[in-house]
Amino acid sequence: MEHMGIEPGRIQFSWVSSAESTKFVKVVNEVTESIKALGPLKHFVKAKAKVV
Amino acid sequence: MTGYIAKIKKISKQILDEGTVDMVIGFRKGTLALMNEPCFAKTSKAVDDFVWDGNCGINLANYLTSRKEKIGIIAKGCDSRNIITHIIENKIDRDQLFIIGVPCKGMLDRHLLSAKFPDEILNVSESEDAVIIKGADYEETLPRKEVLQENCSVCIHRNPVIYDELAADLVEEQADLDRFEAVRKIEALNAEDKWQYFEDLLATCIRCYACRNACPLCYCPTCFVDESKPQWVGKGQDTTDIRTFHFLRAFHDAGRCTDCGACVRACPMGIDVRMFTKKLEKDCFESFGWEAGLSLDARPPLDTFNPDDPNDFIL
Repeated sequence: MEHMGIEPGRIQFSWVSSAESTKFVKVVNEVTESIKALGPLKHFVKAKAKVV
Repeated sequence: MTGYIAKIKKISKQILDEGTVDMVIGFRKGTLALMNEPCFAKTSKAVDDFVWDGNCGINLANYLTSRKEKIGIIAKGCDSRNIITHIIENKIDRDQLFIIGVPCKGMLDRHLLSAKFPDEILNVSESEDAVIIKGADYEETLPRKEVLQENCSVCIHRNPVIYDELAADLVEEQADLDRFEAVRKIEALNAEDKWQYFEDLLATCIRCYACRNACPLCYCPTCFVDESKPQWVGKGQDTTDIRTFHFLRAFHDAGRCTDCGACVRACPMGIDVRMFTKKLEKDCFESFGWEAGLSLDARPPLDTFNPDDPNDFIL
């Protein structure tokens, strides 16, 4: 995805075991923060069909 | 390379007459210059139509999927690698095949030539090093090396990897090439320029799916773009949908693509769709040391795992 122009960091992977609840919370918070910092996605967004 | 045809015909006739195979898949002259078409010969008489030259760029492995009969097939380096991929993926049995290997010296780039000669090309003939292009009122000789398809000029597997009989002596493989130069150029761009590069690349796509249909890897009974329940991707000309089709198709070919160039050759708009697959070919090579279709005994990288697999993308 990055190769075709989606910003680095927009897509993230993590490995969290079902027993690692604290890690899960940490990852979610970190991802949310870093994506917020990137701002809204500019590309790969489809305009909604107009309903007249 | 045009001299191979006598031997190709001889072997084809022999295996048909002896009953080794039910048909031989080869090429015959197409209705247009630069476009030879696949030919399915079921009798030794039909073999007389066979031709071999630099316009045989279509990948014949495409016609093997789930066939039940015994088949003779003419295979260049890339075709042979796709035949191996087909065998590994259980789309055909090795025992069903008689592979006539053809050492290849590269196929002619029809898009490049058509762009060079805006007036219709009526006839193309070749010698070992030159190509003679004839139109209604022109004739020009070009060095063969300069009009090869890009995937052929960076090819390092010209000789068939698997064969029962060869139509000619093996050719020297090209060495000291930077196969991934084009991909590296894109990698060097920033995110916005990358986006724009692919936006421009796909600007003329009409979603005819010729690239998919020409591809020997695209054999799914229902392609994801044709599904309607659920509908994975919109069916119109929205640029997001066009891009989704191309990059997902490339992902489906990850670790399987042999860079045969059939997709680009089939494209009526001359789009270099290889720029998607080539990146995945590079990644597979760099991450797993993998090149598709070189051995019947090795499992593809997306089909197996190893404790040493790179995983630095995981946070």
